[in-house]
Amino acid sequence: MSSGQRAEFKNPVVSWIDERLPVFSMMQKEYGVFPTPRNFNYFWNFGAIAMVMLITMIVSGIVLAMHYTPHADHAFSSVERIMRDVNWGWMIRYIHMNGASFFFIAVYIHIFRGIYYGSYKKPRELLWILGVIIYLLMMATAFMGYTLPWSQMGGWAATVISGFFTAIPVVGDMIQTLLLGGFSVDNPTLNRFFSLHYLLPFLIFAVVFLHVWALHVSGSNNPLGIDVKGPQDTLPFHPYYTMKDTFGLGVFLLLYVIVTFFFPNIFAHPDHFVEYNPMVTPPHIVPEWYFLPFYAVLRGLTFGVNPYIGLSLFALIVVMAPVYCGADKKTGLCSIICVVGRKYAVLLLAIAAVAFALGYLSQVEKATGGALISLPLSNLVFVNAKLAGVLAMFGSVILLVFLPWLDTHPVRSARFRPLFKTATLLLAIDFVILGYVGMETADAALFGVIPLLWIGQLGTGYYFAYFLMLLPWLSRNEKAQPLPASINEAVLKA
Amino acid sequence: MSAHIANSDSEDGQTRRDFLLLTAGAFGAVGAGCFAWPFIDSLNPAADTLAMSTVEVDLTPIQEGQAITVKWRGKPVFVRHRTAAEIEQARAVKVEELRDRESDADRVKKDQWLIMVGVCTHLGCVPLGQKETDPKGDFGGWFCPCHGSHYDTSGRIRKGPAPKNLSVPEYSFISDTLVKVG
Repeated sequence: MSSGQRAEFKNPVVSWIDERLPVFSMMQKEYGVFPTPRNFNYFWNFGAIAMVMLITMIVSGIVLAMHYTPHADHAFSSVERIMRDVNWGWMIRYIHMNGASFFFIAVYIHIFRGIYYGSYKKPRELLWILGVIIYLLMMATAFMGYTLPWSQMGGWAATVISGFFTAIPVVGDMIQTLLLGGFSVDNPTLNRFFSLHYLLPFLIFAVVFLHVWALHVSGSNNPLGIDVKGPQDTLPFHPYYTMKDTFGLGVFLLLYVIVTFFFPNIFAHPDHFVEYNPMVTPPHIVPEWYFLPFYAVLRGLTFGVNPYIGLSLFALIVVMAPVYCGADKKTGLCSIICVVGRKYAVLLLAIAAVAFALGYLSQVEKATGGALISLPLSNLVFVNAKLAGVLAMFGSVILLVFLPWLDTHPVRSARFRPLFKTATLLLAIDFVILGYVGMETADAALFGVIPLLWIGQLGTGYYFAYFLMLLPWLSRNEKAQPLPASINEAVLKA
Repeated sequence: MSAHIANSDSEDGQTRRDFLLLTAGAFGAVGAGCFAWPFIDSLNPAADTLAMSTVEVDLTPIQEGQAITVKWRGKPVFVRHRTAAEIEQARAVKVEELRDRESDADRVKKDQWLIMVGVCTHLGCVPLGQKETDPKGDFGGWFCPCHGSHYDTSGRIRKGPAPKNLSVPEYSFISDTLVKVG
């Protein structure tokens, strides 16, 4: 927030304030004349859109909290009262409910934009990490908000998600009890969730502030992914991008309003309209749609890490060693592993595949009980399926933090990296497929034949392979297409 | 002044200052921890939550083959009056083939009464199988609808993601027809 140079203001009141607290100078510098790459496409609208959604959620949430009762006996009926009796209550709640979904839509597009155009790369690593923190806080906030109406879906979502912590060896149950304030989801849980659901959006707001601050230090990335070289490459933020953002925001809000008023329950399920009953689990519980891909990862891990899976993972690590270490400079054990990894790559990949197949099949149970194939030591499971599922699910989100160091290719934008582009578009498709798998029941099948579980497992495999194997490998081996000399030149040519 | 002290016994003075700094820092950290603990512990179950921790169950109305669900610590407890066939089915399983190795005899106090916490050991859903019409899974016991875990007639995990058998709470027979759970 450097405010060294102050702007001139004609209005004496503005000028008087600005001399004492240079907020007008700051706004002028950061949002008025701020030099912004001149080649933004509409993907660059979604940061501003997400910001508007955050404010919408905070405003509608504060009003809802004035009518809501965070008590197990009254929560469900107080939400029904908001819907039926409170003036405009139905509208404010539908704005809040669907606003969460549209906030996530905006944020997912924003994240995809960041990945596709390499916005996480130097010098924007910290900017990216702050974004991931915002995303994590959003997930926590959304999950707790899901519980507050005290419906069957919300109460059981809280049970299942707090159940993740019981996967931790030894202290897991204690942690779950601490989180819930009891032995099951009950009034103490509801109270603390309400408290945190009110707090976290303000934390999000604070981190958004840091995120924007970091953005204004490094400047925006752009669809070409090349640095700004001079004034000919940029436009002042106002009026050029204030206008473009306003237009995109208008289109986005139009869709949001259509859903809010005409299909307000499109993202809801019948179990949202039944009061929470701790004695009966609904036959099919699902998280909100924006968590579904991760839910599919959780359910995909129906097997744990036994010696075979362990061997497979080890072989993969050796294959990847030369990519990760940069073998040429290292000495000692690391260099030996790298040499082995490079020399026997094909053999190691074959070992990894066979060992994985054995490890997987030895943990598939027959309908009559017992494993499909029995192998020596296959029952020696180091990490059981439950813990493996929870680790994979959290891991799939946390991986994003490390993205700047997994993809170190010097070229940012996917436009000039055909292989990266294909892999990233496949990741987006994979993410949608995982979402579909997460939405269906655990034993569902595609066309009645192919178990969705398998598709979920393949999708999970690709997700992790993309981040941990493809990106590091492409960083070292993909030859990028020639970059334009400058943004200006590329714009004039087009 | 400080220069004078540093000159007079430079090394001792440095060490003493380091010691004071580290001690003060350590006490500060312990103090912060002590201050934080009441706030963290306040999130643990309160006295009234803990007070509701036993429940008595009358077994007389439960016919053979029937099951009831009672609430204990906010969780469902399954009380099942097992048929001879169900007991036999549970006993016939080879213990070494199980994921969580427990013999049926270790899980019951009286063969016909199976009492356990009806919370799936995967992520805490309530498995189906208490009612006649419920799906009971591939092993005739219980089936968890959330992520597809199958339990047998002894409540042991046989298939699906759950790592452990349905847990058996502490309980005792007060009389032949009265059980105290907890």
